[in-house]
Amino acid sequence: MTQILFKGIDTPNLTSIDVYEKQGGYAALAKAFAKEPDEIVEMVKASGLRGRGGAGFPCGLKWSFLAKDVFPRYLCCNSDESEPGTCKDRELLMKTPHLCIEGMILCAYACRIETAYNYIRGEFEEYGEIMDRAIAEAYERGYLGKNIMGSGFNLEMYTHMGAGAYICGEESALLTSLEGGRGEPRMKPPFPAVEGLYAKPTIVNNTETLCVIPFIVNNGPEAYAAIGTEKSKGTKLVSVSGHVNKPGNYEIVLGTPISEIIDKFAGGIRNGNKLKAFIPGGSSVPMLPADKVDTPYDYESLVAAGSMLGSGALIVMDDTTNVVAEVLRITSFYMHESCGKCTPCREGTRWMHQILLEIQNKVGKPEQLDLLTDICDNMSFKCFCPLGDAAIAPVLSSIKYFRADYEELLASAKAPVA
Amino acid sequence: MFVFSEAAESRIEKILAKYPFKKSAMLPLLTLAQEQEGYVTPEAMIEIGKRLGASPAYVESVCTFYTMYFTKPVGKYVIKFCINISCHLNGCDNLMDYTTNKLGIQVGETTADKKFTILREECLAACSEAPVMQVNNKYYVALTPEKVDQVLAALK
Repeated sequence: MTQILFKGIDTPNLTSIDVYEKQGGYAALAKAFAKEPDEIVEMVKASGLRGRGGAGFPCGLKWSFLAKDVFPRYLCCNSDESEPGTCKDRELLMKTPHLCIEGMILCAYACRIETAYNYIRGEFEEYGEIMDRAIAEAYERGYLGKNIMGSGFNLEMYTHMGAGAYICGEESALLTSLEGGRGEPRMKPPFPAVEGLYAKPTIVNNTETLCVIPFIVNNGPEAYAAIGTEKSKGTKLVSVSGHVNKPGNYEIVLGTPISEIIDKFAGGIRNGNKLKAFIPGGSSVPMLPADKVDTPYDYESLVAAGSMLGSGALIVMDDTTNVVAEVLRITSFYMHESCGKCTPCREGTRWMHQILLEIQNKVGKPEQLDLLTDICDNMSFKCFCPLGDAAIAPVLSSIKYFRADYEELLASAKAPVA
Repeated sequence: MFVFSEAAESRIEKILAKYPFKKSAMLPLLTLAQEQEGYVTPEAMIEIGKRLGASPAYVESVCTFYTMYFTKPVGKYVIKFCINISCHLNGCDNLMDYTTNKLGIQVGETTADKKFTILREECLAACSEAPVMQVNNKYYVALTPEKVDQVLAALK
């Protein structure tokens, strides 16, 4: 079993710097400081590492987009984990905060950044405190602050707690939130690498992405690129939840068949039931039916199968599930989390929710399925940020694959009052 | 009139030192004000605005954007049930019904003794340990009615 992020993760007191160092922690710093910053960027590019937050953008390429010679620059670690189904960053923050700090230091050195924030969702108060203690320890050891390990490199690092808003996981909304505003997304371009926090060049990376960097610096990009498939390199933390016997976060080699993740890692479907549907990458990606369960878990294969890898949240539904009820729940979430800035998302999520509620309550009408599809079409690529597109994914995919669930509810609907 | 406590003042100093622009301290200061008073009062919004160079209306617009800030009094213990898909697949509705019946209040309400408030919460990012709740931002996972009983009984 190949483990990069979860290697030794259950070692007692790994949150303490002594234990982390005994496991080889912070060894990557000296290796990095012996190289030029640009060499680290090239290493990350060569590793093939892609962003683990949801979009899967090549990490090294993102770093190389930073506006040249504009300072100060900022790093924001995105620990605003809130994509339904996703709980991997929580485990990293809770159990191995120093891995995240080490990754952030390496990124900051590579990108010539001297101020770094870790934006942690407000509900993670307990883990924000763990991170604060870990950062204080790293300062004491001289891994943060001025002239780190005699390298001449300076870095200040802080945590910043959110206050409950899914949209702040979107990178530009995160930056607006960090600046003290309502967490509404910004127009792109300019991308954060050009104009980000305080209108300065900024790198925003997911917690898991940054936690991979120490491995790449320690072992070389080839070692990372040797794991996984041709285009999806390395390992991925997959949060398995729903109707499985052993839900949990599992580190898998990209390309592992989904059936293997469900059966071998997560102990199979509960109560000996059959698989009905699964969502492979968090609630924002299309759900798939059971006959796609042999799809390899990697970026390209999931796109070919009609979905996406997203944040790596595999939500499993057995054959007792009423898919409409679950789609209603997810749509209720997007309605709640829509920031209200743009009309297609604000109105579209609300309208879809109302229709789904009627169908679920058996007062729906058959033509509402076409109406739902039409609303989705009017939202698709017409919203200000990806939240709108995320909201239509579960609706469209469920109508495509589980139309029978809708039709059953519609057929049993009460006759309309004349 | 809202006045930050002495303890809060020393924390504010450290918070402001984190950022090149003081307005970034907006969320942390709202959090501090809520910790002190139980919710964010209009007077606290005015005070925070003065500190950070923002109008009271701006502070209110930020405060009301985020779900963790309360603008009305809540119970001593705020119980938040995650209701999103992974918890829903694992019976969060029954658990929430159980708890509202036990405490004799509806979701969104506070018990007469001001001890408990029950709220629905969107995904709390602990999906593989569903169903999940938080009490004052502390996690309780893999819940059953018995476990809810134990947690509530331990809250004085």
